[in-house]
Amino acid sequence: MTEEKTHHPEPSYLVDTGKYKGLMAWLTSTDHKRIGLMYMYAIMVFFSVGVILGVLMRMELYWPGQQIYGPQAYNGIFTIHGIIMIFTVVIPGLAAVFGNFSLPLMIGAKDVAFPRLNLFSFYLYVLGAAIALASQFMGNGPPDTGWTFYAPYSIQTQTNVVAAVFGAFVLGFSSILTGLNFIVTMHRMRAPGMTFFKMPLFPWSLYATAWIQVLATPIVGITLLMIIAERWLRIGFFDPSLGGDPILYQHLFWIYSHPAVYIMILPAMGVITEIIPTFALRRIFGYKAIAISSLAIASVGYFVWAHHMYTSGMSTTARWVFSLLTFLVAVPSAIKVFNWVTTMYKGSISVKPPFLFALGFIFLFMIGGMTGLSLGALATNIHVHDTAYVVAHFHYIVFGGVGFAFFAAIYYWYPKMYGRMYNIKMANWSFVFLFTGFNLLYFPQFIIGMMGMPRRYFDYLPQFTFGHQLSFWGGILLVIGFVIMLITLFSKKGAKAPDNPWGGRTFEWNIPSPPPVENFDIMPELGVNEGPYDYK
Amino acid sequence: MHPETVHITPYRSHAWVLITLLTFTVITVTVTWIDLSALTVFIALLIASVKSFIVLTYFMHLKYESTLFRVFVFIVLFIYVLVILFTLADYAYR
Repeated sequence: MTEEKTHHPEPSYLVDTGKYKGLMAWLTSTDHKRIGLMYMYAIMVFFSVGVILGVLMRMELYWPGQQIYGPQAYNGIFTIHGIIMIFTVVIPGLAAVFGNFSLPLMIGAKDVAFPRLNLFSFYLYVLGAAIALASQFMGNGPPDTGWTFYAPYSIQTQTNVVAAVFGAFVLGFSSILTGLNFIVTMHRMRAPGMTFFKMPLFPWSLYATAWIQVLATPIVGITLLMIIAERWLRIGFFDPSLGGDPILYQHLFWIYSHPAVYIMILPAMGVITEIIPTFALRRIFGYKAIAISSLAIASVGYFVWAHHMYTSGMSTTARWVFSLLTFLVAVPSAIKVFNWVTTMYKGSISVKPPFLFALGFIFLFMIGGMTGLSLGALATNIHVHDTAYVVAHFHYIVFGGVGFAFFAAIYYWYPKMYGRMYNIKMANWSFVFLFTGFNLLYFPQFIIGMMGMPRRYFDYLPQFTFGHQLSFWGGILLVIGFVIMLITLFSKKGAKAPDNPWGGRTFEWNIPSPPPVENFDIMPELGVNEGPYDYK
Repeated sequence: MHPETVHITPYRSHAWVLITLLTFTVITVTVTWIDLSALTVFIALLIASVKSFIVLTYFMHLKYESTLFRVFVFIVLFIYVLVILFTLADYAYR
C-alpha cells in the first residue's frame, strides 16, 4: 500500500478546534471519529446496565424457588435485558462504533458521505434507547413479553409494551440511516485505485451489513407500529380474538430479526478478518471468497427467518424449506472460518490482546455455529426448542461472537483512537477472565437445556440447580474480566502510541495516532499491483 | 470521484405525474365501493404498484439515473418478491 506517512501539522480530532469547546464540541461534532466514540461510550453504558440485569437474573436462579424478587419482576428483567442488549448494544455495536471510526480511514475518505445525517442517526439512537429505558418506569410496569414482543400476548398484556416497542422503532430508524450512509460512502468515497475488490474486508462486511440494515429494518419498524395500532385501535392483525393471525407476527418479526443477527455478526467477522493477517503477518487467504461470503451470508441469511418458528404451527412445507435454507447459510460462514485458520498457517504470529480475542471469537463462534445446526434441523429443534440450550447457543453467537469481536476491535483500534497504548498484561488478564467466565456461564446452559430446563422460567426443578450455580459463578468471572478491561483502557493514560503499533497495512495505520480532523493530509492511493493486505 | 450529472425535470412532467397519482388515488377509493370479492386486494395492490412505479421513475429520478441504481432497485424488489413467496410457503400449505 502506498506510504503517505505525514506528521500532520493539523491537530488531532480529540482537540476541540470548532465553535464549541468541551462537551458541546462533542455533542455537535459531525466528525465520524467523534461520533464513533460517542456511540462507544453510550453502548458501554447500556452494556453495563444489561450486564447488571443479567447478574440479577443469575442471582435469582441460584436456587430453585423465589430468592430476591418475584416472577413478574423476573419477566420484566429478562425482557429489558434482551431489549437493551439487542437493540442498543449488539445491533448498532460494531457497525456504529468501528464502522464510524474506521470505515472512512480504511477506504481513504475524509468522512462519511453524509456527516450531518450521521450525527442525526446518533441522536435517534440516544432517543430510541431513552424511550426503551423509560418504558421500565412508566405506565403499568416494565414490559414482560421478552424482547421478541410476541403477539397475541404483547397485544393483551397491561404492562408498558407501547413505549418499549416505540423505542425499538426509533432505534430502527437510526440503524437504517447509518446503513444508508455507509453504502453511499463506500460507493462514492473510496480512494483512487481502491476498487471494490481492493477494499479491506472490514468495509466489505460493513457493506453487506448496511444492505441488511436498509432492506430489513423497515419491516420490523412497520411490524412494531402494527402492535401499537392493534393495542390502541383494536385492528385485528395478530390477535385471533380480533380476527388476526399470531403466526403472521412471528413471520414479520423474524423477517427482520433473523437478518439482524447478521447485522450483528458480519461486522464482527470483518474485525476478525482485519486482526488475523495483521498479527500473523500473512496476506489474508481467500480475499475474494471472504468478500463474497459476506454478501452470501447477507443474502441467504435473509431467507432463513422461519427456523425460529418450527413449533409455532406453521406448515410442514415451510418448515423443511426453511430448514434447508438454514443449512445453506452455514456454508459461507464456514468459508470465513477456514480462511482465517489458513491465514494463520505458517504465519509469524504475535499473540497480542486483539489476536487473543480474535482466537476467542473463532472458538466461541464455532461452538455457537455448530449448535445452531442442531437447532436448524427439524427433529432436534423440537427437542430443545425454548430451552436453555437456545439461550446458550444464542449467547455463544451474540456474546461469544459479537461481544468478543467488539473487545478485539477496541484493543486493536484503541491506540489509533486515543494515541495511547494500554497495559498488555492487564489486557491479557481481561481475556482470561472473560473467556473462562463466558464458558462457565453459558456452557452449562447447553447441558441443562438438553436435560429439559425451559428458557425464561422463574423457577426450576432441583436437578438443574448445579448448572445454574455454575452459570452464576461464570457470570461473576465475566464481570471481573469486564471491569479489568475497563480499568485497562480507561483508568490512566498509557504510553504514547506509535502511528502503526501492530504493523497493519490498511490506510488507517499510515496516519498519525490519533488521526487529524480531516484524516489525510495527502489523499492516499492504491497502486495497480497493491492490495489491502500486502504482507507476504 | 465520479463526475456528477444533474438532470432537472421540467415542472410540466411533475404536474403530469401529480395528476396521474391523484387520479389513481381516486380510482383506489372508487373500487372500494365495488364488490370484487377475491380480486379486491389484488386490484388495490396493482394500483399501488403502478403508483409506486411512477414515483420511483419520475419523483425519485430513476429514469435519469445510472444503471447501477436501477439494478439496486431491481434487487430490492426481487428480495421483496422472494420474501412474499417464502411466507406463502407457510400460508398456502398450512
